[in-house]
Amino acid sequence: MSRSAILKSSLVKKYWMALTGLFLCLFLVGHLVGNLQLFIPGMEGQLQFNEYAKFMTSNPAVKILSYVTYFSILFHAFDGIKLTFENRKARPVKYAYNKPGENSGWASRNMALLGTVLLAFIATHMTNFWAKMHFTEMPMQTVDAEGAMLMEPLKDLHTVVMAFFNPSVNNMALVAMLFYVISMIAIAFHLWHGFQSAWQTLGVNHKKYTPLIKLIGKGFSVLVPLLFAVIPIYLYITQA
Amino acid sequence: MNLTLKIWRQSGPNDKGRMETYQVSDISPDMSFLEMIDVLNDQLVREGKDPVAFDHDCREGICGMCSMYINGEAHGPGRGVTTCQLHMRSFKDGETIYIEPWRAAAFPVIKDLVTDRSAFDRIIQAGGYVSVNTSGNTQDANALPIPKENADKAFDAATCIGCGACVATCKNSSAMLFTSAKVSQLALLPQGEAERERRVLRMVNQMDLEGFGNCTNTGACEVECPKGISLENIARMNREFLKASISSES
Repeated sequence: MSRSAILKSSLVKKYWMALTGLFLCLFLVGHLVGNLQLFIPGMEGQLQFNEYAKFMTSNPAVKILSYVTYFSILFHAFDGIKLTFENRKARPVKYAYNKPGENSGWASRNMALLGTVLLAFIATHMTNFWAKMHFTEMPMQTVDAEGAMLMEPLKDLHTVVMAFFNPSVNNMALVAMLFYVISMIAIAFHLWHGFQSAWQTLGVNHKKYTPLIKLIGKGFSVLVPLLFAVIPIYLYITQA
Repeated sequence: MNLTLKIWRQSGPNDKGRMETYQVSDISPDMSFLEMIDVLNDQLVREGKDPVAFDHDCREGICGMCSMYINGEAHGPGRGVTTCQLHMRSFKDGETIYIEPWRAAAFPVIKDLVTDRSAFDRIIQAGGYVSVNTSGNTQDANALPIPKENADKAFDAATCIGCGACVATCKNSSAMLFTSAKVSQLALLPQGEAERERRVLRMVNQMDLEGFGNCTNTGACEVECPKGISLENIARMNREFLKASISSES
């Protein structure tokens, strides 16, 4: 019985949600550190960012991590959708009058909705940057900050990103920036509930540690999306 | 007090059911909610109509029978009370009150506000017990040393009356708070040690079979629970299940 329980149990589906979710939190930190390099000005920033992009797409250890990330995103989404449909089935007749706001937070009740927004964002985000970097002809950076020729030309993701949020180059830049910011708000709400919820699911609920986990979760859910969102706003405003 | 009541009426499990409106007058603010329904039913019987079927037994908040979803909340607006302990002074004169049965696929409506909660009994039967000798030579309760903190936590978990408010209020109709309270009250005590692994595996398995939803940690159950059963119990069950799933040989 326990073997089937391991594969099918409601609790196991939740363990997977928690583990993939927490791993994706780590991924967010890594991604953010990379993005923050876009604040470095001039050719120096361009070189550093492009070298970083090359490292992220060619280093074998990073490659392994990236496959774990793809798996986590897809499985988190698949498992979440499955759980949501099961949960809908568990209440076929709805209440005529319900006041869920009296006993639970908005984010905790709308994880599936927020997750759907995030999945749409990830799809467009990967089309705009990840797919270009991997599968299409890219502009190349051939010289460094001092004007010296590079030993090996770099795929110029920096220019692609700059142009994407530049209203004089991309007439959809405003829409792109706004959608990015809205998605970061969605991820903030998703993390507001998700971070501490993952620990509870894994059985970590302790007088000493739970208040700390909740505090870290709230800080994380505000700070990380905020820093992500500031970048496209900065690029849009400074290039407008 | 004069009140407008909008009550779910359903003649049987196969009836589609509908909300119907009733007026009651001269309700004392000191009446319990169930006494107010008694007044309505008295009125309905006098008019030759079918009274509203509802579950109730002890009317002092310990049996877990009363089960109404009142104005969008399980057991109504009060905290830490069952419907029988909810008094009419919690409402305003002239107010409209919505009264519905618990809503969950696992709790089918039998009639009006009465639901079949035997799914909970089957979860208990699956493993919520200890095999101890009760044939006259029972051991003294103090023979086994138990830390005070564990005894307190086990007792708190054991105060669950199995009313089903957790399921009713959960947006997923999840039975995690109930099941985890019943797992915890035994997992915390040495007497529960012998069946520790198989208990949590079987009870969770039965919970899933009954068609309850999955927990999303909204915490609504803990807020609405008339006995204040803590979410700590859910985390404990998550731990117990994880450990048992990994170590169990069956």
